[in-house]
Amino acid sequence: MSFVDQFWQLTVTGLLVGAIYAVIALGYTLVYGVLQLINFAHSEVFMLGAFGGLFAVRALLPSGNINALLSVLLVLAGLAFGAASGGLAAFALERTAYRPLRRRGAPRLAYLISAIGASLFASNLAGKEFGRDSVNLPKDLFTYNTEVFSVFGARVSSQDLVVFLVALAMLLILDRVVSGTQLGRGIRAVAQDADTASLMGVNVERVIVRTFVIGGLLAGAGGFLYAMKFNASFTMGFIPGVKAFTAAVLGGIGNVRGAVLGGLVLGLVENYGQFFLGADYTDVVAFMVLVLILLVRPSGLLGERLGRAA
Amino acid sequence: MTLLVVDDVVVRYGAVEALKGISLSVEQGEVVTLLGSNGAGKTTTLRTISGLHAPARGTILLDGEPLTGKPPHEVAAMGVGHVPEGRRVFPRMSVNENLEMGAYRDRSHLKEDTDRVFQLFPRLAERREQQGGTLSGGEQQMLAIGRALMSRPRVLLLDEPSMGLAPLIVQTIFEIIKQVNDEGVTVLLVEQNAAQALRLADRGYVLETGTMAMDGAAKDLLVDDRVRQVYLGEG
Repeated sequence: MSFVDQFWQLTVTGLLVGAIYAVIALGYTLVYGVLQLINFAHSEVFMLGAFGGLFAVRALLPSGNINALLSVLLVLAGLAFGAASGGLAAFALERTAYRPLRRRGAPRLAYLISAIGASLFASNLAGKEFGRDSVNLPKDLFTYNTEVFSVFGARVSSQDLVVFLVALAMLLILDRVVSGTQLGRGIRAVAQDADTASLMGVNVERVIVRTFVIGGLLAGAGGFLYAMKFNASFTMGFIPGVKAFTAAVLGGIGNVRGAVLGGLVLGLVENYGQFFLGADYTDVVAFMVLVLILLVRPSGLLGERLGRAA
Repeated sequence: MTLLVVDDVVVRYGAVEALKGISLSVEQGEVVTLLGSNGAGKTTTLRTISGLHAPARGTILLDGEPLTGKPPHEVAAMGVGHVPEGRRVFPRMSVNENLEMGAYRDRSHLKEDTDRVFQLFPRLAERREQQGGTLSGGEQQMLAIGRALMSRPRVLLLDEPSMGLAPLIVQTIFEIIKQVNDEGVTVLLVEQNAAQALRLADRGYVLETGTMAMDGAAKDLLVDDRVRQVYLGEG
């Protein structure tokens, strides 16, 4: 089959995966905005959110047949519990791995090491508690998981549609929160000039915590979406995490809309690249993108503020 | 009535003592200016009042209530407005959004106070949708002052509002400070432009390497030989 035949299918898959990258990437970019710090443990927040959502669905799953309405309710419950688990994990992470360092005015490198430590801890704890095999959603949750429509011949299943629409809704809500709420104003002010924000009456510490929690809510729900499409395991965070980080850098780290654009572009590039180079090269393509941006345009597609990040 | 009291405040940066036990006071309704050369500790004094630096010793009171040890957002909520050195407008927020940030803690007078700022600075009104970072230096200074006024401060701390501005703009800024003070806002003004500051102020203090060297009525300092020599560049 030629690329032209496959184009729309690759595009659909690319946008789908890209939307999930975008949801995770927002957590990196928001935290980077307020702290000029890459939260490398964010990938484990995503993983814990996936488990939180999956366990909730399994616990709530009734015996017997699942009709479409019940299926939708279960997915919503999974999203809510996934988001809550992610938010809680991010909150705990900020408290234990970052805040103590901030209080002591620790050097930047210390945050990185702390993040790696927290990341290994969370991942291995999950491996120990949740088992080392991958966990799936109950098979019959999407018994109606058939093609709902096609885009120029590309098959779109109801599950794909759910994943994409939920991701899109979260991106839109986040955009509204950042541009139009008191918390959003606080986040933007802290990102642009934390000292001056505090002079305006912004409680910078509180904004930082809430930024972590927002990133965690998104990543947690994103984790559930990812697990719905693929599966969940204690090591699932790493690759999507690094890819979402790539997406954030691609869009311009610190830039909310850039993270969304970066996620979608990365999802597409990765899927087109996979067609030419083979599925084994999916991750290679993604990381080549990261290296290329860093070489050619380190400030990213929409970014302009890397120089300010002292 | 004494609105602001700084009493025997010591601030250290590591091993360096930036303020070595300084004291000053500002009466309700006054304009007080704090003079001194670069590195004397003027900015540190303002930042310590606002809670950006924690003093190692000493007390700061606003209307009898201690500010010492409070984080900046609480100090701001108590009625201290701070126009920081170098203006520090939010570069990627519009003029309107910058003013909104000034009213972050209490938005109940947002419309009314925005109108008032635009009345004081008509040039800002013309640029209300423009990003803060794209304004000229003078406009940024106007915005920084307007933003601080949005919180309806009891005392306004101004850190070198004339820095890097053309004389005509400096004139405008000083007129506005006078007008704001006439409307009842107490002002503590840090300046390098000593002559202009002393002509505006009721009283002045002179800071030299972290120690208060002189203080007195502005009109007396203006004719003081030492002040004239060192800070007014006269003979």
